Amino acid sequence: MNKDVVLSVKNLKTFFYTNQRCNKAVNGVSFDIKRGKTLCIVGESGCGKSVTATSIMRLLPKLSRIEEGSIVYHSDNGDIRLDQLKKNGKNMRKIRGSEIAMIFQDPMTSLNPVYTVGFQIIENLKNHNKMSKREAKEEATRLLRDMGIPLPEQRVDEYPHQYSGGMRQRAMIAMAMSCSPKVLIADEPTTALDVTIQAQIFELMDKLKKENDTAVMMITHDMGVVAEMADDVAVMYMGNVVENGSVDQVLRNPAHPYTKALLDSIPVLGCGKDQVIEPIRGVTPDPFDRPIGCQFGPRCDYYTEKCETMPDEITVDGHMVRCWHYKEVLKDA
Amino acid sequence: MENTVVKKKRTKLDRKMDKIKALEESGALKKQKKVNRYLRKFMNNKLAVAGVIVFVIILIACFAAPLFTKYDPGTIDVLNRLQPPTKEHILGTDKLGRDVFTRLLYGGQVSIVVGLGSALGAAFIGVTLGCYAGYKGGLLDNLIMRVSELMMSFPRIILVLLLVTIVGQSLSNLLIIFICTGWASMYRMARAQMLSLREEEYVQALKAFGINDFVIAFKHMLPNALGPISVNITLSTAMFILQETALSYLGLGVPLDISTWGNILNAAQDLRILKESYWMWLPVGLTISLFVLSVNFIGDGLRDSTDPTQQG
Amino acid sequence: MHKEKEVLLSLRDVKTYFPIKAGVIKRVVGHVKAVDGITINIYRGETIGLVGESGCGKTTLGKSILQLVESSAGEMFYDFDGEMKDLKKLSKSELNDARKKLQIVFQDPHSSLNPSFSIFGSLQEPLKKFGVKSKAEREKIIGDLLEAVNLRREYMYRYPHEFSGGQRQRIGIARALCVNPELIVCDEAVSALDVSIQAQVLKLMQKIKEERNLTYIFITHDLSVVEYISDRIAVMYLGRIVELAYAEDLYAHTKHPYTRALLSAIPVADLDKKSKRIILEGDVPSPVNPPSGCPFHPRCPEAIERCKTDVPTLVEYETNGRTHYASCHLLEKE
Repeated sequence: MNKDVVLSVKNLKTFFYTNQRCNKAVNGVSFDIKRGKTLCIVGESGCGKSVTATSIMRLLPKLSRIEEGSIVYHSDNGDIRLDQLKKNGKNMRKIRGSEIAMIFQDPMTSLNPVYTVGFQIIENLKNHNKMSKREAKEEATRLLRDMGIPLPEQRVDEYPHQYSGGMRQRAMIAMAMSCSPKVLIADEPTTALDVTIQAQIFELMDKLKKENDTAVMMITHDMGVVAEMADDVAVMYMGNVVENGSVDQVLRNPAHPYTKALLDSIPVLGCGKDQVIEPIRGVTPDPFDRPIGCQFGPRCDYYTEKCETMPDEITVDGHMVRCWHYKEVLKDA
Repeated sequence: MENTVVKKKRTKLDRKMDKIKALEESGALKKQKKVNRYLRKFMNNKLAVAGVIVFVIILIACFAAPLFTKYDPGTIDVLNRLQPPTKEHILGTDKLGRDVFTRLLYGGQVSIVVGLGSALGAAFIGVTLGCYAGYKGGLLDNLIMRVSELMMSFPRIILVLLLVTIVGQSLSNLLIIFICTGWASMYRMARAQMLSLREEEYVQALKAFGINDFVIAFKHMLPNALGPISVNITLSTAMFILQETALSYLGLGVPLDISTWGNILNAAQDLRILKESYWMWLPVGLTISLFVLSVNFIGDGLRDSTDPTQQG
Repeated sequence: MHKEKEVLLSLRDVKTYFPIKAGVIKRVVGHVKAVDGITINIYRGETIGLVGESGCGKTTLGKSILQLVESSAGEMFYDFDGEMKDLKKLSKSELNDARKKLQIVFQDPHSSLNPSFSIFGSLQEPLKKFGVKSKAEREKIIGDLLEAVNLRREYMYRYPHEFSGGQRQRIGIARALCVNPELIVCDEAVSALDVSIQAQVLKLMQKIKEERNLTYIFITHDLSVVEYISDRIAVMYLGRIVELAYAEDLYAHTKHPYTRALLSAIPVADLDKKSKRIILEGDVPSPVNPPSGCPFHPRCPEAIERCKTDVPTLVEYETNGRTHYASCHLLEKE
């Protein structure tokens, strides 16, 4: 087993059972999260990226479950299969928050408005460590200072509504990093923030990653974020990872038609009015009325009859792609 | 690290999900007719369905009363007064020899009409005011809010008693009094709905076209607020029935010659009747409780099924 | 670019302040200075982008122009068949006429259509108001509009929840086109859509603009999108315009420090274009208590003493033979 891999997900399938229908939100997803590296999971709405994160954290809602597959956490005490632990059992709760932490998208609603920020960080600290209240408060203050929040001794006793959006996200990151987790999962952490604040948060996360050797899994829909932050990229479409590799491989040599089409449809800063952007034809299929075989088939320029069977994962040099026609795609680039 | 199906204990929820998965994979669910989601959620709520059944039974029994009883509610038969239940009179007779079962059924008509009528009347006034005032805001809204607060801060029973002594007891007077004291809470609820809908973008778009305020408030915004409003109407009906019962029990509600559930209970003021003639108050009390409970269950069911955050 | 520079809308020192009320009697204790002195000429046929972060006032400015929000000061002259009239001083019938000429497309595809009405029901309301009396005629007009946004005529009888975000946004555009406007304010019209759908809607908007000779005011926080679609771009900060230039000039010859920081902060989807980031300190300020002097000076990496006391004005410069406005004391020294 590769010592650098902290979390491996293999063939994960998570289905939702709301409205008496079965929605195969995640339908066979595999990737590895490596120590000290950022894996960006990128895809559009409905592709299943957030569901993957909540499956790993075992925070799925009532009417859903992990059907198949394995989520293996390579901890210091051996390998733990997260998918087999009881959802709210002692073991999972010990891991959640201290060894694997998560930060969410909307900083306005992810902090409890009726408790001070300090209280919420202290709660997480005391839950996972034996600390006195005073020690925990000192640690919370130190964390806020490390996250770049000015006047932390005062801020630690303030309420979330007294913080700005960027500061709230920093407080969330402080809470997540409080127990020095091995894995940090960030679900669109900056989508709700302004661009200049986004830059600050990314700089912070980069610094933390390097200092603590944390494995970061970042979920985003923004290819720009991928280019700036990722070491590795996994592109998702309709519940599958269609392409996976280092950011150089995937962005410079996209091997899957969807990745290529996605990159072609985004206006790039600095390229001016004359750049050609091509929308992807067609629309995302209804999850209850899926195409047979490769999900991207109906919208793909490279579609042939062979695509009616779901392509296997083909890996060349650490660059994985799920397409029968990848060679053509690479040639056309 | 095998990629096998997780072999845990299958809970009841697991089995339900397995069934859905199998149906989905066989393609059966795709062809299924699209049943209204709200209806399905409502039907899954056992209490709500039970409520509907009880409600309909009582409703039919009361309004189709001649089918179920041959007596007239006003027929006095002093010779047979205070009879316990017999084959002739299945719930016995009251102080004046009137058949209790008949009074129960006919009385239900009046009580339900009073309850529903008051709820609808209060809703009409409250929603109309709340809709427009909530949308416009400003001085008008402020004014009506203060009036509604005034009305709500008075102990309601005292206000009703006061008005009854002023205008006198009659069925229509009671309806009017109930409506006048009850519109305030409907107003506030409708207004709250309007305040949140006011910021929706389709409202801004209508304003950008210069469309009339009345049209925006009543034609475009009100339909979206009807969900909570209709829930409120059902729950108010129950509340008004209980109010009428309380008043009539005290003899201050509907005049005693008209039979209502409350009026029947009025006889139970007498301790002797309470102890010795259970048939005069127990069936009525049970009926009122069942009816109010059923309406409450329906209201709760409506609220839960129209709530978008509840999974189903 | 446009052939003749015909001014369609001229804003002169427009200010929109929202009063902050406190206490039992709701005294006015201060103002949120959402729009704090905007002066700009918008030419017929151009697409002008309004960019900035939260609190800069771009959405409030858009709504002030549409008269959805009452501006507190300043004048907004609009070209009514050759005559420039102040939008704030129109009579009722003139305002009615103005409502046909200025329209808006909103951001949130989920709340931009009334969920209780079919598409036909929602779109016929403005048509009814502006005199299209027969139902058959309304059906024809709405059908034509839907086809113009690449949707099928039959869709007019469906309800909003049956459509995707991108489709709803296109219906929103069709609604704005109902009355044959001249100027459309697009308030973050593509921001809530998936990236690949954004491309679809942007291309559609360009096509419609050319077909109907429209003028767009494109409000967004996404600089990559605005660069693609705009002729000129105005960068806003705390209710003021800090830089106004043609798109290429803004990117290639940036003048204002805020614009520079903003451009460098944007993550670019191209591995070869990574440049040194300018990270701004502190938070985006609130328009309740704007700083003295230049509103940007607390966060400006290049601020000098003068910036703390004097408010800079928007000065006209020239880049590549075209106008380029910026408000910064550092430039005036040149």
